[in-house]
Amino acid sequence: MTVEELHDIAMSEREAQGEYLHHIHVCMAAGCLSSRSDKVKEALEAEVKRCNGEKKCLVKGVGCMGPCAAGPLVSVAETGTMYRGVTPEDAADIVQSLGKEPVSRLVYPTDTPFTQRQVKVVLENSGKIDPERIEDYIAADGYSALLQALTSMTPAEVIEQIVRSGLRGRGGAGFPTGLKWTTVAKANGGRKFVICNADEGDPGAFMDRSVLESDPHRVLEGMAIAGYAVGASQGYIYVRAEYPLAIKRLRTAIRQAERQGLLGNNISDTQFSFHVDLRLGAGAFVCGEETALIASIEGKRGTPRPRPPFPAESGLWGDPTLINNVETFANVPPIIRNGGEWFARIGTEKSKGTKVFALAGRVVNTGLIEVPMGITLREIVYDIGGGVPDGRQFKAVQTGGPSGGCIPEQHLDMPVDYESLVQVGSIMGSGGMIVMDETSCMVDVARYFMEFCMTESCGKCIPCRVGTAHMFDLLTKISEGRATADDLALLEELCDLVQNTSLCGLGITAPNPVLSTLRYFRDEYLAHITERTCPAGACQMRR
Amino acid sequence: MRQSVRVKTLKIDDRDVGAREDQTLLEVCRENGIFIPALCHLDGLTPVGACRLCLVEVKGQRRLLPACVTRVEEGMEVNTATERLKKYRRQILELFFSERNHICSVCVSNGHCELQSLAQQLGVDHVHFPYRYPRLPVDASHDRFVIDHNRCILCTRCVRVCDEIEGAHTWDVMGRGINARVITDLNKPWGESESCTSCGKCVHVCPTGALVEKGRSVAEMAKRRQFLPYLTLMREGKQ
Amino acid sequence: MRTDFVNPSPPSEDKRWRLVDATMRRHGRQSHALIESLHTVQESFGYLDEEALRYVAAVLRVPLSHVYGVATFYHFFTLKPPGEHTCVVCTGTACYIKGAASILSAIAQAEGVKPGETTKDGKLSLLSARCLGSCGLAPAVVFDGEVVGKMTPSLVLERIRGWTSRDGRGTA
Repeated sequence: MTVEELHDIAMSEREAQGEYLHHIHVCMAAGCLSSRSDKVKEALEAEVKRCNGEKKCLVKGVGCMGPCAAGPLVSVAETGTMYRGVTPEDAADIVQSLGKEPVSRLVYPTDTPFTQRQVKVVLENSGKIDPERIEDYIAADGYSALLQALTSMTPAEVIEQIVRSGLRGRGGAGFPTGLKWTTVAKANGGRKFVICNADEGDPGAFMDRSVLESDPHRVLEGMAIAGYAVGASQGYIYVRAEYPLAIKRLRTAIRQAERQGLLGNNISDTQFSFHVDLRLGAGAFVCGEETALIASIEGKRGTPRPRPPFPAESGLWGDPTLINNVETFANVPPIIRNGGEWFARIGTEKSKGTKVFALAGRVVNTGLIEVPMGITLREIVYDIGGGVPDGRQFKAVQTGGPSGGCIPEQHLDMPVDYESLVQVGSIMGSGGMIVMDETSCMVDVARYFMEFCMTESCGKCIPCRVGTAHMFDLLTKISEGRATADDLALLEELCDLVQNTSLCGLGITAPNPVLSTLRYFRDEYLAHITERTCPAGACQMRR
Repeated sequence: MRQSVRVKTLKIDDRDVGAREDQTLLEVCRENGIFIPALCHLDGLTPVGACRLCLVEVKGQRRLLPACVTRVEEGMEVNTATERLKKYRRQILELFFSERNHICSVCVSNGHCELQSLAQQLGVDHVHFPYRYPRLPVDASHDRFVIDHNRCILCTRCVRVCDEIEGAHTWDVMGRGINARVITDLNKPWGESESCTSCGKCVHVCPTGALVEKGRSVAEMAKRRQFLPYLTLMREGKQ
Repeated sequence: MRTDFVNPSPPSEDKRWRLVDATMRRHGRQSHALIESLHTVQESFGYLDEEALRYVAAVLRVPLSHVYGVATFYHFFTLKPPGEHTCVVCTGTACYIKGAASILSAIAQAEGVKPGETTKDGKLSLLSARCLGSCGLAPAVVFDGEVVGKMTPSLVLERIRGWTSRDGRGTA
């Protein structure tokens, strides 16, 4: 496909959509689907047909709109009106109201900080385009960045823009993306690979799933651009088998892109060929670790191996391999389209751009949000999240999942960036953000994450295999009021050992939830040990 | 095969040493008589960096590095025996002892066990982590050999020797984390294995009393490993 | 070395083996197709039995212990046949904070099963999942593949009773 042909598709799609007077968008991402948004869409379509309005009103299934807990969500594109908790019975009222006053009982207010404080880069198309139609993506400037890169930029120039953007890996650790691309581009080897890590495993995170369900072509485009930049012609998306809808939409998207000649051999009549295949994960959190993920794609047990050599030199089948996560790739097309400098203007000095978070737990507005780096946690929890419900007291916000930590009230005014989060004992992580109130016991939370690490430990290295099991037992003992001060000392000793001697990131970070809760909520541990009570009232004392 | 291999000089424990560029820190240390403990490593088998006993401090590196898989570099400054490393090594050995049942006095490998001798060497006189003592099976279905999972430390030497040297790949690891266990074939009794050639290499590379010959009583099971370097060389076609 | 093995034929006439064969063929019967092939077996047969493990091992020429090691490493795979109905309780952080544990204990009390177990009459398999990605709807439960959000112990038990009573007999 040439640039002109792409332009033509975009124009005719926009024209076709522009012929409709009204555009009703129904969220068809997994969150709303689980509250039967498919039935809502059917009812709306039937209602439009009943009114003979098929030529005037388009009912379109779209991706995630954000406030998932308020689903099923419906919006009217031309007015920006959003409806919450829509049932099939509401269809008639919504269709009748088009061009008139909105249905007030269903309106979801959009003039709130939840909507207004967000900045959408990765999610710019989410909730607007139909994820199952490539034309809709193309009409939203989709694949223009890929063709721009292929026809008017050298691979080095593409990498240059990524370096300038200051983009850092969105999988958690925040390694500079441009540097990673440079390393793979420079690595010797005839065959290279690009892997998209979509094995989103943090319990409490669904950013990547949402991007894949709402805008799958964006990820494919980002991967193809990466392939061109580093010299790879084969890409793999390693996606959780637990995400059937994301898998289905990715498969559709790959097929469509191949048919349009945007993936495959000699894309846009250039020398560049790029193919993408899916590989399904099978329920192993450790496969989020690069070397374990590679082992899994090779059909083996997903156990990590010591680095170096890094995958950039020796990855899949021993060849140089670029691994980035979903959100990182999703940032690539807009960076190429608008330039690295444009991206670098968003965010802070060292953390550029935006970050998508899955806001959940004890907070009024739960769902998917995208905010500029540097926003404070307080703004996220109280302005966007609407604070803690039921008049309860905020206690902590957990970021980074089992590798992260619990951040207390005193640090809420801290800006959200990679370095600040590490300073307070947590990490950016992939974007799970769980708010906890006074009813959550910090010992119990630490125990929950340690159980996770223990069951997800691959068992290859001894500190993680046995250390996490000992730590889990000790935390159980503490939470049941059976522990002594010696047990607490032993727990801290194990934290140090596991953190410093484990083979991979899972073990190295496994003690983080314990260390951060010990740092800010030591009194809660002591209450369990000396007074044998749980201040939050969450733990059952056994003695 | 014999291309010019460059030589690197580095400092280990304040001693200047020379090494071929393709050598690991562990190899260089052992060549120079510098003691580094290791249980998963065995000359002739692919290193895996799993037992973490060979961790060393390398100047300029934030993390500790496993000597068995870390290649030498020019000007490297390595410390192999700091107090911190000694503490971690003792703690790791204690983790091994606490994971399963390692009561030496009743073990056929008593006196010939690498775990036991390392513990003696590093001064592990007690285990202060709680013993887990899971009740694991002993499989004596094979004509000549026995596996006692209670003594297994999951070093995977048996898995590697069977795959890399014997070429049978009878052994592998099942499950994961604290529930991981070595298995033969589809987790069937060893004696029923369709792939086992009964060569016995797994038994002789096993560092503990997990894999032993039948009919041995307490403290009788000494292992013979002389075959390994020779077989490795033969496989690599260097002889 | 010569590697002209004869490809083994499927264990039975069952048409589902064709799906498994198709997956293996798509990947050129290479050993790295192991996980993809096991996915197809489980999708087609509901679980991985010994016959299936042996067949996949033979076609892909992968050692038996390697296949078993992989099948037991990944928690998505199951070596036991599932019950007639499955109920998956999400135990991701958001669901945990909002009471997933109380749902699990309510099911344990009513049906006598823990996650990973099937009731004695084979009616119900209870599983727990590490985050379904439906955190906005926490706590979430999957009933026979259908995700339902904002669950409570009593709502979950109601659904489960619907299965067990509709099917005639009560639970064990």
